Amino acid sequence: MAPGAGRSRTGRRNATALAFLGPALLILTVFVGWPMVSALRTSFTDASGFGEAEWVGFDNYVQVFTDPDLFNAVGNTLWYMALFTPTAVIAALALALVLNSPALPFRGFFRTALFVPFVVSLAVAAYAWTYLIDPQVGLLNHWLSGVGLQLGNVLEDPDLAMPAVALVAVWKNFGFYLVIFLAGLQDIPGTLYEAAKVDGAGPWRRFTNVTLPLLSNTLAFVLVFAMIAALQAFDQIYVMTGGGPYGNTQTIVMEIYESGFRKLELGFASALSYVLLVATLLLSVVQFVFFGRREKDAQ
Amino acid sequence: MNARIRPGTVLGTMAMLAVTAAVLLPLAIIVLTAFKPVSEVNAYPPTLLPQDWTLDNLNRIVDELPFVRLVLNSFLFAGGVTVFALVFDSLAAYALARIDFTGRRTLLIAIIATLMIPFQATLVPVYQLVSDLGWVNTFAGLIAPRAADAFGIFFLRQFFLALPRDLDNAARIDGASEFRIFRSIVLPNAIPALLTLAIFTFVNNWNDLLWPLIFTTEREMGTITSGLTLLTGPGGIVPYGVMMAGALVAILPLVVAFLLVQRRFIESIATTGIK
Repeated sequence: MAPGAGRSRTGRRNATALAFLGPALLILTVFVGWPMVSALRTSFTDASGFGEAEWVGFDNYVQVFTDPDLFNAVGNTLWYMALFTPTAVIAALALALVLNSPALPFRGFFRTALFVPFVVSLAVAAYAWTYLIDPQVGLLNHWLSGVGLQLGNVLEDPDLAMPAVALVAVWKNFGFYLVIFLAGLQDIPGTLYEAAKVDGAGPWRRFTNVTLPLLSNTLAFVLVFAMIAALQAFDQIYVMTGGGPYGNTQTIVMEIYESGFRKLELGFASALSYVLLVATLLLSVVQFVFFGRREKDAQ
Repeated sequence: MNARIRPGTVLGTMAMLAVTAAVLLPLAIIVLTAFKPVSEVNAYPPTLLPQDWTLDNLNRIVDELPFVRLVLNSFLFAGGVTVFALVFDSLAAYALARIDFTGRRTLLIAIIATLMIPFQATLVPVYQLVSDLGWVNTFAGLIAPRAADAFGIFFLRQFFLALPRDLDNAARIDGASEFRIFRSIVLPNAIPALLTLAIFTFVNNWNDLLWPLIFTTEREMGTITSGLTLLTGPGGIVPYGVMMAGALVAILPLVVAFLLVQRRFIESIATTGIK
């Protein structure tokens, strides 16, 4: 082989690879890579879209975590996450366990029906929910008052507005988590349950000693996935409360939308964007550690 | 088989029926309210079923909104993103799975890192960029920033890696170009993965609110999802009947499509999460 032939072959391979990668890399660089750098720079300025932006150091970040009105968005997002994540994950797991039982009839029907909300737009579903819990003509309010539960004007109620919008997200997403749980449950060998039964383990023991340990990777995956989804809450809140009452449902993404696109406080919006970014990255790293372990297990 | 019906099973079935009915209630409300006359929509006590069925709400929605246009926009936006993303993602995924180029590992890590970035976090600079390009209120502005995405690249790369290499090695020995192998061998074998990604991308974009809300300021350029938010005038009484008629049209294409492919779709979704 002539000297340099290897290098030229590598060169040709690199050129071919670049041709394949070119369009995607261009899009990702221009619309993800560059904006990330740009947002980081903006987050240290008082940019407003007009005139020269001035360097303000960490002022915007300090504001995110100290200004009571603005920290509100971070605190609300955590509250939303605390309401949404366990509810959605537990509901999904419980229903997956029931659906996984071979004795249950119409399993295919139930699975499909419970998954339907996942293909429905959260914003559009939010209108249906708004109507259902309307204080005057809402069907759900009417039925619940029939059993003695007076909800009143839920979306104007400072205590109930957040649980309400979180519940709408639970409705939309639990079917997706359920399907992932079902896949995980079907990977557990039936012989393990038989063995546990022979050893005299009841249903609860079988759940805690067989199902939970073998489902732990799936559970971790779904938990982190749900937490990331909670960090990005926007659609149904925009439709149902607009962040109210008294800013009680103003989440991080709602605040990014408002400060970045309504009030044009670009510096502050960018700092808040980075808080969202770092929080998501931290959760994703946790997810990838589990993910990597699972991949290794599979090999 | 002569399985005994256990009380546990009966209880479980009844519980599942109740849960399913509750989950489907908002969807039932959309369908039923869309066909109710205004007097019944705002009546107390509220009822589930319409007494008189009417098409008034569906007629009115066409007057209130450039409705046909919005639905068309949704198809063009979600469809456009899906087509571009599928082409660009699969090309990039092929290089990452099959071509041994310099810096492949580094690039893969960069793509995985990109995968974790929520689009909401870069919304402000992306808007400025789109605005500087003069693309606000254009399909270019709606589609171009999403014409490739890290999740799709990663997902397809994983699938391509799992395909047996015997076929493409044989083709390579016969002198086939990489593009030919990509087009004639790898892509035809990856149709299930491509379909899953296509459905996923289409559904996400069709349903997205924030993106069209930001990149379109003209009524005529919105999607059906963002257009519906125009119906709730500030401080005005929400015309629930009209709203539900709009909601019905917004969700109908996806729900019908889903019911047609549901088994396959659910099974493929289950694997996108974990694999």
